Amino acid sequence: MTSSFQNSTRISKRFAELRAAGGLGIVAYVTAGDPSLDATHKFVLALADAGADVIELGVPFSDPLADGPTIQRASERALKAGASLAGVLELVRRVRDTSQVPLVLFTYFNPILQMGLEKFAADAAQAGADGVLVTDLTPEESEDYRRIIHAQNLDTIFLAAPTSDDGRLLRISACSSGFLYLISRTGVTGAKDSLPDDLPGLLRRVRHFTELPIAVGFGISLPGHVSVLGGLADAAVVGSALVSEIEKASSVEAACAALRDRVKVLKEAGCRGLSRREATI
Amino acid sequence: MSTRLTIPASVPGRFGPYGGRYVPETLMVPLYELERAYELTKTDPVFQAEFQSLLKNFAGRPTPLQFAARLTAKLGGPRIYLKREDLLHTGAHKINNAIGQGLLAVKMGKPRIIAETGAGQHGVASATVGAHLGLQCTVYMGTEDMARQALNVARMRMVGAEVIGVESGSKTLKDAINEAMRDWVTNVRGSHYLLGSVLGAHPYPTMVRDFQAVIGREARQQILAAEKRLPTHLYACVGGGSNSIGLFFEFLEDVDVKMVGIEAGGRGSGLGEHAARLAAHQGFTGARPGVLQGTYTYVLQNEDGQIATTHSISAGLDYPAIGPEHAWLADQHRAEYAAVDDQAALDAAKLLSRTEGIIPALESAHAIAGLIERLPQFKPSDLVILNLSGRGDKDMDTYKRLL
Repeated sequence: MTSSFQNSTRISKRFAELRAAGGLGIVAYVTAGDPSLDATHKFVLALADAGADVIELGVPFSDPLADGPTIQRASERALKAGASLAGVLELVRRVRDTSQVPLVLFTYFNPILQMGLEKFAADAAQAGADGVLVTDLTPEESEDYRRIIHAQNLDTIFLAAPTSDDGRLLRISACSSGFLYLISRTGVTGAKDSLPDDLPGLLRRVRHFTELPIAVGFGISLPGHVSVLGGLADAAVVGSALVSEIEKASSVEAACAALRDRVKVLKEAGCRGLSRREATI
Repeated sequence: MSTRLTIPASVPGRFGPYGGRYVPETLMVPLYELERAYELTKTDPVFQAEFQSLLKNFAGRPTPLQFAARLTAKLGGPRIYLKREDLLHTGAHKINNAIGQGLLAVKMGKPRIIAETGAGQHGVASATVGAHLGLQCTVYMGTEDMARQALNVARMRMVGAEVIGVESGSKTLKDAINEAMRDWVTNVRGSHYLLGSVLGAHPYPTMVRDFQAVIGREARQQILAAEKRLPTHLYACVGGGSNSIGLFFEFLEDVDVKMVGIEAGGRGSGLGEHAARLAAHQGFTGARPGVLQGTYTYVLQNEDGQIATTHSISAGLDYPAIGPEHAWLADQHRAEYAAVDDQAALDAAKLLSRTEGIIPALESAHAIAGLIERLPQFKPSDLVILNLSGRGDKDMDTYKRLL
């Protein structure tokens, strides 16, 4: 089943390039405004420079119920520092001055609902964002949202979960464009030591229902995780691991360096994992 | 300008535009399973017999509808009857819903229940039902609430529940719900989330209302037996709104019965000082329709859509959103909502204690205070049922300062 909405944003182009080159992409998440929007600007450029294929900018929210402690703390820091949705859109505009890296806004529903979906979609598109992912919005409740976001030629990325049944996977795929975000495990965001044993099976099941690129997230932090995904997924999403580098770093420059290192190592692991898997097929 | 969502009226789980199901994907199939299981219990004679038996023999239903003779005389206004939910096992109406959902967890084969609690009454009810039905129970409670409701923390631990303090945000009910939902999304296959109010994603607002509707069904029969007529007014406090909707629901079609929900006015009308979501007419600021914790309803929030902190002396009313059905009843002018402040609630608690010999929970004291503030509007022929949703044992630390 193909997506009912065909888009040609920077996101689909990047995934097409990845598929042509046979590489596993890295989707890098940071919470916008942690510790400041200026710092996030530098982080995004550093991540893109180090090879991140897509950047997810987390819009901080007071009640991030799908997030674990790392991103909860980042959201609190960002809100204390004064970040707002309007500020995050301004950040997108600044990134676009110098970079063409695909940008996804990763948000809870209420902040964009309060801005007004029409205004949010228009401003996000004008700023140069490529897609939107709303953590607490599923296909059932998303009709207005999809119409309004698609009207601005932005991608709508929906989550698929290990608990999603086949019918839902079909519907999630039909509502998504750009890529589909597969949650690796039941739970909240946060780095974990290992990936669930049944992840390859889950990926194969999801693959059956979508032609969209699949990015796998939740709990991915180590090169070993990424190499497991090579040949099965199109990209790995790394979030909490990056956010905790920012949390630990003594300065913005130190954080940029740590983010670069992380992404480079993961990107290399992605390529190695893929070539290894292809050799055994 | 925020977007007002357009919703077809026939969608289940919607009250006008309010309600719905705004949760991470991981919870969608579990919510459908819960909805199906709940629908089946409605016509399942075995389930219904067990439910009725536990309500009667374990919780102590029916509760009395008591004529408050001295309170009525003292106030000189309407005739006042008290629906004595405070007499139930564990001390509040919360046990009605906890029994219903506890049985549902057993039926769904879930060995563990998760609950959030503000005042601790829902936590105690869930923990108690968990013990009674042999379910493992984990309760999330904000650390500020744990401090002000220490007795209830001890009661939960006494019946074997694990109580986990929540340090995030305002350390109150909202944050406890976030943490309970994080636990549920992680352990969803073996755990049932026993949500305590008419909040959250569908089917919770409908299901919790249905389990609480016994309050109004009994009260309607009791008042007809005692007074040979329907009441003119219903009064109840509204946090999430489960005791109030439990009383109101049976009377919705009785258009001459006025329904009044009393919210927590806290210590001021500015955002952060109160928990009044539907009392903008009294000058309380910051409430707009929005999405919080699974449902679309009136939410106290800032211009950016960040959820506000709230204040109330009563932990059970200290929450920034209101059940979606209340939002709809307010829009339709079928029910009326107003807020009273902390001091008015304390004064009302003292008054009821000394005129009737009943120490109310701080939550229920808000309903009494709301009635007192509106005394000039009553005629002598008016007849009020006031839901005394809980007893005040848990609030004795606060009340002691009044003595």
